[in-house]
Amino acid sequence: MNDAAGATQSVDWPGDIHRTLAALDVRQIAYVPDAGHQRLIELCQADNAMRMVPLTSEEEGVGLVAGAWLGGERGVLMMQSSGVGNCVNAIASITRACQFPLLMLITMRGEWGEGNPWQVPMGRATPEVLDTLGVQIARVDRAEDVAGAVAAMAALAFKSTTPCAVLLSQRLVGAKSFQD
Amino acid sequence: MSAATLDRRAVIAELLERRGDLLLVCGLGGTVWDATSVGDHDLNFGLWGGMGTATMVGLGLALAQPERRVLVVTGDGEMLMGLGTLATLAVQRPPNLAVVVFDNERYGETGMQTTHTGLGVDLAAMASGAGIVDATTIRELGGVAALRDRVHDGAGPIFSVIKVSADRAEMVLPVRDGPLLKHRFRTALLGSPGA
Repeated sequence: MNDAAGATQSVDWPGDIHRTLAALDVRQIAYVPDAGHQRLIELCQADNAMRMVPLTSEEEGVGLVAGAWLGGERGVLMMQSSGVGNCVNAIASITRACQFPLLMLITMRGEWGEGNPWQVPMGRATPEVLDTLGVQIARVDRAEDVAGAVAAMAALAFKSTTPCAVLLSQRLVGAKSFQD
Repeated sequence: MSAATLDRRAVIAELLERRGDLLLVCGLGGTVWDATSVGDHDLNFGLWGGMGTATMVGLGLALAQPERRVLVVTGDGEMLMGLGTLATLAVQRPPNLAVVVFDNERYGETGMQTTHTGLGVDLAAMASGAGIVDATTIRELGGVAALRDRVHDGAGPIFSVIKVSADRAEMVLPVRDGPLLKHRFRTALLGSPGA
């Protein structure tokens, strides 16, 4: 399903993310599935310390992790870039207005090798939308850089109560082939 | 259109009587004023924004605090904006969470325009369809007292619509500073506002 051409596959970056989240004691995993997050979702599902919360739409996760923080737990929100558009008001009106921590792991669509033209505009807009909302961004193109970026953004999110996003590039994740 | 006769301030007073250490989340905006009308509380987190997410804030809190009871009180307009959260709530099945909708069939903060519940949409039926077993509509104050008992001791998730009058109630405003509300809540619950 994923065309790995151009992606650096020797490093198990989904495993690195899971280990990083586990070490940070992240307990609530809010997500709308994306092919790029498939392995990470499976790793988190297999981890008894993590509560999986599948969402019907991404902005639900912004509320969920805010509530988790009120209750003393850490959460993470996983989605693809199109979901950022669904989160705009919640990030502004809950996360920013109350200075809640927010850690988002976003797989990019609409860029490297994209085969669906309908994905391109939101993919293009994603970094600018996040920046406009005051979200700190770390974009990652290489598998060996993933763990460090997640750890750095998590520290910024949970210790400095700042909204943060790790953008996992389509070059890293691999573009959907539309051939199967 | 169904008759809506209960006074929302009488309902909130009944619902929060002897609240104990109940954790309360209220949705934008009339239910925040309702909760404040019976006295502000450190374990109240009233949302002044983020319409449609009150149920999810309550869910994240309930999952983080499984030994405590969590109550979300919100309005019909706020609930309608987050209908997908009923499905997410039903799938998670938090045993310690109740969501109560004060349904006046109006957008109270924007000029009392009719909401979808005033045009036939049945929120309790939607919650039931999502898979929430304890999903009810209450039209009498006696039903609120029974609901209050389930909020404290019943098997969640609980979802209840309480039909209330569209009469305007006095605005009783709590603190509106978000970080202050967050710190206050965490300090009361966790003993410290910090990370």
